[in-house]
Amino acid sequence: MTAYDPIELKRIRWRSRRGLLELDLVLERFFAQRFDALSPAEIDAYKRILDLPDTDFLDVVNGKADLDDPEEAAIIEILRSV
Amino acid sequence: MRAALQLSEAGLKTAVLSKVFPTRSHTVAAQGGVSASLGNSEEDHWTWHMYDTVKGSDWLGDQDAIEFMCREAPKVVTELEHYGMPFDRNADGTIYQRPFGGHMSNFGEKPVRRACAAADRTGHAMLHALYQRNVRANTHFFVEWMALDLIRDADGNVQGVIAMEMETSEIVVFQAKATLFATGGAGRIYASSTNAFINTGDGLGMAARAGIPLEDMEFWQFHPTGVAGAGVLITEGVRGEGGILRNSAGERFMERYAPNAKDLASRDVVSRAMVTEINEGRGCGPNKDHVLLDITHLDPDVIMSKLPGIREISIKFAGVDPIKAPIPVVPTCHYQMGGIPTNYHGEVVVDGKPVHGFYAAGECACASVHGANRLGTNSLLDLLVFGKSSANSMIDFIKQQPLELPQLATADVERSVARVERLNKQTNGVAVNDARTAMQRTMQAHCGVFRFKDMLAEGVEKILEVEKMVQKTEISDKSSVFNMARIEALELENLIEVAKATMISANARTESRGAHVRDDAPDTPETPNGRDDANWLKHTLWSREGNRLEYKPVNLQPLTVDTIALKTRSY
Ligand SMILES: Cc1cc2nc3c(=O)[nH]c(=O)nc-3n(C[C@H](O)[C@H](O)[C@H](O)COP(=O)(O)OP(=O)(O)OC[C@H]3O[C@@H](n4cnc5c(N)ncnc54)[C@H](O)[C@@H]3O)c2cc1C
Repeated sequence: MTAYDPIELKRIRWRSRRGLLELDLVLERFFAQRFDALSPAEIDAYKRILDLPDTDFLDVVNGKADLDDPEEAAIIEILRSV
Repeated sequence: MRAALQLSEAGLKTAVLSKVFPTRSHTVAAQGGVSASLGNSEEDHWTWHMYDTVKGSDWLGDQDAIEFMCREAPKVVTELEHYGMPFDRNADGTIYQRPFGGHMSNFGEKPVRRACAAADRTGHAMLHALYQRNVRANTHFFVEWMALDLIRDADGNVQGVIAMEMETSEIVVFQAKATLFATGGAGRIYASSTNAFINTGDGLGMAARAGIPLEDMEFWQFHPTGVAGAGVLITEGVRGEGGILRNSAGERFMERYAPNAKDLASRDVVSRAMVTEINEGRGCGPNKDHVLLDITHLDPDVIMSKLPGIREISIKFAGVDPIKAPIPVVPTCHYQMGGIPTNYHGEVVVDGKPVHGFYAAGECACASVHGANRLGTNSLLDLLVFGKSSANSMIDFIKQQPLELPQLATADVERSVARVERLNKQTNGVAVNDARTAMQRTMQAHCGVFRFKDMLAEGVEKILEVEKMVQKTEISDKSSVFNMARIEALELENLIEVAKATMISANARTESRGAHVRDDAPDTPETPNGRDDANWLKHTLWSREGNRLEYKPVNLQPLTVDTIALKTRSY
């Protein structure tokens, strides 16, 4: 596994602070339980998800909507399970 | 962003600093709508809106500011529509309006449809419309910058802020002719809060450290049922569908407090009963700090069809399937009525006079339109009205200033840098998480939705102890790039100011009014529901130095109409 840029990782951690409490709670658990085991490609996919507006992001996490990209969908599956 | 737009469109050089991308501010959480007496669905008047707001505020709101807000409402909502806000519409193309708790026609007679919404995404849509418009107007956004402290000169005039770029931890001075705070609420002082993690009351902390008092901080709106430990709301519809509240003995305790309405009693009655159960040792869980909301007796089909989402919320945030086990719930903090004292022009006011160059709007400000209790949908309105009015005041003020910026006063800058240095150098200190948890538990237990004399007095001592912990926080990560530990430690230094202001102001106010409800405030003919107008019809002002309390009168005089005379508040 190639190491991910540590600066980028910290940026990602901060950008995972969101405007909605529900997302904060889910992402906090995601970082505590799952994030460290992600591959660079998975982290890239997560980074793309972070660009979603909060309301869309929450809909996807709650299973009210899905993402087309298979890599992003796989991350969403993890977020739904934590 | 509403203020920034006004300033940029007036041709002023405008910088907006934000800890997060602006459209990810907590306003995104607002679903219900924004109020304005447009009268699109049925007859409505700003005077009726004003009456509802004054009554909602339990007469603690300033009637000049309330008149101003309610009169401006149709204008600012229509403006927002022109900015591209996708409001729900009627068949004739006008903005659709829906009913909302506390919105009445003809001075409290019957419900009226006054809330304007964009589906269930009103806050989100508002942020987007304003952001796009600001980009067009060339507002300069400094995203992922955290303001640390206010800069005041020897005469108290505000010269700008000192701020930290998160990416580099570089500390920079933003000198400005006029500075506005729109930093949002501080709901994270409580253990159970609906607020996102970002709501750390930074503006209030900065103002307090700069010697500006905080107004009416004892008033916080609570919701009776948030998931214990998480804060996510469980809608009141759950009790409507037959949900039952139980204590640690499994007893349906609402039968004792409201023999007729039981679990369907009003919000305050339910909250009060829950807190009493917890205080008397009948709470659930290892810390005996919550009660249970039981729907296991309901038909699973009813749960799925009538209460969509509740099962998911409960599984995800409480870790229980409500079909099989009851949901742990606790009264949960939602909205802060108090804040930085301003007038309806958005100018920050201290000792009856505006502080030159300093303005505040939104949840961090206290105009005061919400008084002791906010009317639903009035806070998004507050952002629009006072965002605009404060920007107009700033434009006038800036016009009168010399072209050149004055000499920068350095004392506050040095103090601020020293604060960050202290944190970086601290050894044998306290973990930020431990100090934050201690603060949140203390606030929740001693100064929650329903308050007791002895608990408050004890709470004051405890919160001052917690403050000592906060002064000694230590971080192990000393790196410069997006150092979240440092950011959280600095945020906690703001939260603790709000926590002290809240506890000390609440301890002193010996009546019940609006959202501040005390067990020891007697319900007598002179003090109905514990409200004591003879002694307490006044605003609290807490100052950080010496935890001093002062009071100022409520403005009962509107701008153009007659005063709305004092009455007992009942719905
Ligand atoms: C779940 C929920 C639902 C709600 N629903 C409604 C509703 O339907 N109708 C209604 O009227 N009200 C509602 N409210 C209340 C309303 O949403 C808030 O009062 C309002 O959005 C607050 O807006 P604001 O602009 O003051 O603060 P925020 O939206 O919180 O914005 C604060 C901004 O300040 C920035 N900031 C803070 N500190 C710093 C710093 N130190 N340096 C740099 N930037 C900083 C942040 O990055 C952010 O951009 C609701 C609240 C909640 C919690």
